[in-house]
Amino acid sequence: MAELTDNGRDDAAPRDAGVPMTVSDMNAWFVREVLPLEPVLMQLFRRSWRNKTDAEDLCQDVYVRVYEAAQKQFPSPVRPFVLTVARNLLINRMKHEQVVGIETIGDLDALHLAADEPPADRKIMAREELRKLQIALDRLPPRCREAVILRKIEGLSRREIAARMGISEDTVHRHLTEGRLALADILYASPLDHGWNP
Amino acid sequence: MSASARDVRAAAAIWHDRLERDDWTAQNQAELDSWLEQSLAHRVAFLRVDAAWNRADRLGALGRAPDNASDEQTVSPKRGLLLYLKFAAAAVLIASLGSAGAWYALAPRDRIFATPIGGHETISFADGSSVELNTDTVLRARMTTEQRIVWLEKGEAFFHVKHDRLHPFIVIANNKRITDLGTQFSVRDEPQGVRVAVLQGKVWFDASEKQNATQSALLGAGDVAVARGDAISVTREPAQVLETGLSWRRGLLVFKHTALADAAAEFNRYNRLKLVIADQAAKRTIGGTFPAGDVEAFARVAKNALGLEIERRANGTLVLR
Repeated sequence: MAELTDNGRDDAAPRDAGVPMTVSDMNAWFVREVLPLEPVLMQLFRRSWRNKTDAEDLCQDVYVRVYEAAQKQFPSPVRPFVLTVARNLLINRMKHEQVVGIETIGDLDALHLAADEPPADRKIMAREELRKLQIALDRLPPRCREAVILRKIEGLSRREIAARMGISEDTVHRHLTEGRLALADILYASPLDHGWNP
Repeated sequence: MSASARDVRAAAAIWHDRLERDDWTAQNQAELDSWLEQSLAHRVAFLRVDAAWNRADRLGALGRAPDNASDEQTVSPKRGLLLYLKFAAAAVLIASLGSAGAWYALAPRDRIFATPIGGHETISFADGSSVELNTDTVLRARMTTEQRIVWLEKGEAFFHVKHDRLHPFIVIANNKRITDLGTQFSVRDEPQGVRVAVLQGKVWFDASEKQNATQSALLGAGDVAVARGDAISVTREPAQVLETGLSWRRGLLVFKHTALADAAAEFNRYNRLKLVIADQAAKRTIGGTFPAGDVEAFARVAKNALGLEIERRANGTLVLR
């Protein structure tokens, strides 16, 4: 997973279609290349489609289609491929709803989607990641945050967390599940540079 | 489209957490494997929660390193770990942009939910009821085993209430009281008064916060009521008109022979980019379905359909004339 901070840039070269891929290769590729595009996808969907639940569903559909396609051959470069899948889904959906003004999503460049930022300094990225995590932690509900802190920072076992917080292990399960879900949403779905600061 | 992303993600998080338990068995593993095999949506949701949880391993760095804190300028020492632990229990929660409202609904205290201009959130409560918040809306909820009360502090919301005869679901908006009798309805706090539209079922509408106010009305499906001061006026609308009024739930605005000035007022509820209609064009009418977040698209359609001109002012306002 060391490549994560490297933005997966070493993987930009096309692969041989003939090389068999294991499931874990597929999964690692998906996590490294596709998941980081989620803020861009959500931005695209929410701009054209204000309903958040719909945006999440569209995002899921994009993931499924991209994963499916990658099982046959890794798309390269990844970003334009993913955005094209997203755009086609969006157009189908808008046609279905008979929305006026479909042309507004035609111009993906207007979203600065095509622009790839230069690779950032590794130290800055690590710091940025830590900041993002801190903000994510900050946004968890209090009891859930406490459980995540005890698990992730203090490294307590689930039984120890239950004892420390004075709750059952089932409740620990609930808090940590909630924490997982919220962290995934904050870390992946939130806009890249949106001001979350209070 | 398969199961909703939210449901699949919630299921993935539950699986992922169970995996960490001491009592995880081979049988459990087989169940998880088969769940993952069922659909790619399951697999990608699981990968997503797994990746996020692994990223959070770096939180360990926050626990050590008070001496690192000066180096990490972006992590304010004031908001460090100790503060979290001290104040964790006291925090008032504001769920806004991008947060999973559903999961905040579990604790027993008053919870505040807010959407920014252009926002749209669905909150699911533990009792099975849900509320959709429209743009620029603030809602406070007190959901306990004894009572179910929400205050619509501003804006508009659509309620889908799980009926419970012993614990009526009560909405308070601008000193008006709406008591659910098992139903779907919307409440909007607007300058003209508090507007309630009932899609299904029945509600009591009291013109005062107190129950059994002098002015009250029993509303049924299709009723639209507006209360201002002590007076309530009720009209009945066809289902289609009610649905049109709720198109914001799908992120859309629907107009039919609507005056441009009124259409602009609607768009301005959803967008920071404000639309102004010059006097001579205010009464021209327009129809169609538009994404609520796209003022520019609307302005272009109005320009082409009605032969108007778009002027862009320095403060960012769009003027149609």
